[in-house]
Amino acid sequence: MIRFIAKRLGSGLVVLFVVSALTFFLLYVSSGSIARNILGDQATAEQVAMKEHELGLDQPLVVRYFSWVADALSGNLGASWFTSEPVANSLATRIPVTMTMVFAAMILIAVCAALIGVVAAVKRGWVDRVVQVGAIIGDSIPGFVIGVILVTILAIQLGLFPATSTISPESGPEAWVYSMALPVIALLVNGVTGGAQQIRSAVIKQLERDYVRTLRSRGIGEREILFKHVLRSAAPAGLTVLSLQLVGMLGGVVIIEQIFALPGMGPLAVAATGQSDLPVVMGVVMYTVVVVIVVNLLVDILNGWLNPKVRVS
Amino acid sequence: MSDSVETAAVAAPAPSLNTGQSGTVVRSTVIRRLLRNPLGIIAMAILLAISLLAILAPVLAPFQENYSNIAKTLAAPDSVNILGTDSAGRDVWSRLLFGAQLTLLSALLCAGVAIAIGLPAGLIAGYYAGKFEAVSNWMVSILMSLPGLIVLLTIRAAFGPSVWISMIAFGILISPSYFRLTRTAVQSVRNELYVDAARVSGLSDLSIIARHIFSVVRAPIIIQTAAIAGVAIAIQSGLEFLGLGDPTKATWGVMLSEGFKNVYLNPTLLFWPALAMALTIGGLVLLGNAIRDALEDGEKIKHRKKAAQQKGTTAAPARAGQQRQSMAAVELGTEHHLVKVTNLGVGYPQADGSVKKVVDDVSFHVDRGEILGIVGESGSGKSQTAFSILGLLPDNARIVAGSIQFDGNYTVAPGEERVDQARLSRLRGKRISYIPQEPMSNLDPAFTIGYQLVTPMVRVLGIPKEEARKRALKLLADVGIANPERTFSAYPHEVSGGMAQRVLIAGAISCEPDLVIADEPTTALDVTVQADVLDLLRELQQRLNIGVILVTHNFGVVADLCDRVAVMQNGRLVEEGSVRDILRNPKEQYTRTLLASMLEGKTPMSMLVSSQKEPAA
Repeated sequence: MIRFIAKRLGSGLVVLFVVSALTFFLLYVSSGSIARNILGDQATAEQVAMKEHELGLDQPLVVRYFSWVADALSGNLGASWFTSEPVANSLATRIPVTMTMVFAAMILIAVCAALIGVVAAVKRGWVDRVVQVGAIIGDSIPGFVIGVILVTILAIQLGLFPATSTISPESGPEAWVYSMALPVIALLVNGVTGGAQQIRSAVIKQLERDYVRTLRSRGIGEREILFKHVLRSAAPAGLTVLSLQLVGMLGGVVIIEQIFALPGMGPLAVAATGQSDLPVVMGVVMYTVVVVIVVNLLVDILNGWLNPKVRVS
Repeated sequence: MSDSVETAAVAAPAPSLNTGQSGTVVRSTVIRRLLRNPLGIIAMAILLAISLLAILAPVLAPFQENYSNIAKTLAAPDSVNILGTDSAGRDVWSRLLFGAQLTLLSALLCAGVAIAIGLPAGLIAGYYAGKFEAVSNWMVSILMSLPGLIVLLTIRAAFGPSVWISMIAFGILISPSYFRLTRTAVQSVRNELYVDAARVSGLSDLSIIARHIFSVVRAPIIIQTAAIAGVAIAIQSGLEFLGLGDPTKATWGVMLSEGFKNVYLNPTLLFWPALAMALTIGGLVLLGNAIRDALEDGEKIKHRKKAAQQKGTTAAPARAGQQRQSMAAVELGTEHHLVKVTNLGVGYPQADGSVKKVVDDVSFHVDRGEILGIVGESGSGKSQTAFSILGLLPDNARIVAGSIQFDGNYTVAPGEERVDQARLSRLRGKRISYIPQEPMSNLDPAFTIGYQLVTPMVRVLGIPKEEARKRALKLLADVGIANPERTFSAYPHEVSGGMAQRVLIAGAISCEPDLVIADEPTTALDVTVQADVLDLLRELQQRLNIGVILVTHNFGVVADLCDRVAVMQNGRLVEEGSVRDILRNPKEQYTRTLLASMLEGKTPMSMLVSSQKEPAA
């Protein structure tokens, strides 16, 4: 098991390295007039050259990449070109906001989708039809449109929730939970509808397996078959579904935060993108990839624990 | 957002793989079925209407997309601006139309790029495998680990605002879904006989791919494209909603963001772009579902036709006489049998309301210490009969006639539609047990063999775990496993098929049942192992004095093991009697045919040689 984890960890680091290199070259190879952009049209050629030297843009790309890697390994991700705030600091203040929301939404998705999906698979009937229709509706409306609709109806027209969620945890847990409710709901609707449907089909697939019939023939009760055997075998499929949803949500949350004016990664990423503030963009990409790699590693470990065959191969 | 695409990729190939092969005939029936599905028609109508509006936008739109009338901002609908104007005095209806144009074109571009990369890569990886496949898989795993929107933000930061560049990038990012789909499809047909035949007959790889393999992936790709176009529209709109799109273009995302900024003043500005998006993406999702349904229905109907044809050939009028007599004898008997099946009928309700009978008017009995063979070719209803005794028919099966008694009590009383699970769950494991056909798939791969032997004993017999463990080890030794300790702690994938079948036999007798139902217990095994397993079954049956129902298609096994035999064909009992009588003097033509095909003029099956036994009487 330890070897298995070490192997997964190693391949995760390779992915991190490859993605960082690709992103770095993509970002810097195409943006020629960075210094000019920062200083504006009035700057003299001399000032521009000085700025370029200051940012290290006069060095070859490969050299710059490796010096970025060296800095990054010591925790220094550079500084914003516009605010001069260290990227690592901006990330550190914003990641908690975003991650709180993402994990709250993911936990709710996991619980709701699993519950609804399993009930639909076992009971069939109307629950099953509701899940099918729900999946179509959920697929049809992008998450951020759901967010916009929620704000407009529940917050602005009915005044049930605050329209923006800038309230911090210090102003009391109740107010904070209340202010986070709408963005989290906006994040999880698509996840629940899609997840429930996929978990439903994973469970149905397991229920039709031969060994389930044999367990029944041995006198094992339906409940034990479902909870001990079927759910365990369906779990890897469910975990994969959830991990893919989390990857998607890291993108979706950017728009949701913008809608609810939350001080998370979203506004940082959007502002940096609009200004081509490349060190910040690089930092945002790195944070995303690290989250994805860690989550995938956890999923792999869980799968290895659930399925003895995976551990061997 | 990439999750929903993955859904489609996972869900799409399975049902549709076999469909495209028969070419145009199948395709035209699929289209006809699609046209009969109301949801399919609605989806196509919506998409067609939106496409037409997009194409005719320059003609239909009363204003240019960016023409603004500063004197008339946030106006309510009137005869000039039929949907009103936005905060810059631009016409909402015109911008909606031009937005449709851009939205559809960008979705097409994205899907086009994804197909152009994913399809050939998937074809090559699936057809030639090897290094190319390994490298592609690795790249796929990297692309899959990136959230679409974050990548698009990066692209935007690097290349500036452009719908086309961002959609090309998203197409590359999402190409793995086509790659996986194509690779899986190709792998599943690569080794099919007809592809081999094409190769032998000298067709080049290219024309094989074009002719045979491409036809297989065509349908799943259409379904996938519907899903991907929807996701592309969603993500492109999201980017524009953030204000990172091209500011000179009218798009639904920009309009939504415009409306959101003015939500206190005029919330209807939100309504139109949101509706347009939901209709377009919803239309694509529904279309994908409808195509998938049409393909799946095709499969079902094909199976049904085949079954019906088989049925048609049965209408043999001659068989009535003797069969009636033998059945009457069973019915009149008042003696206490272990199992008594009377006039059993099993059927499956069909979509058109009829019931397809798979077992029809079957009667027989089994006594303690007796082995009854049920013989017939596949599809004769023998397994369905066995499962109805166990109460393990599929959920949609119905008992359409007759009754089943076990040890004098009804498990299916006359007139009952379904097997009473409350009654049978008390019997299963404890008094009736089951040996399945395929050893590997009948053990749960996630649990050790020991666990799977111990648990039923703990649950059914109520003995402590430690005792159950001792019994399990003894059982494993009893069924001829050399190292019971090792097998006990092994997982199913760590033992051979023959060993797994011994484990399943041990499990079947672990709670000392009165009746064992064995469904082709040797069919999936090597010939040499088959003889051993049959010997084991006979030895156990004699030692424990249990009744056995042995379902098989093999008269050799029957002759070797059984006391009596029932011959089934197309769901009906053709002939029933002692093995000696039926082997020496088969009365029915069908039995004679079966016997002839199995015994005469052929080298006997090896199990007959190895067991060297007279047919048991």
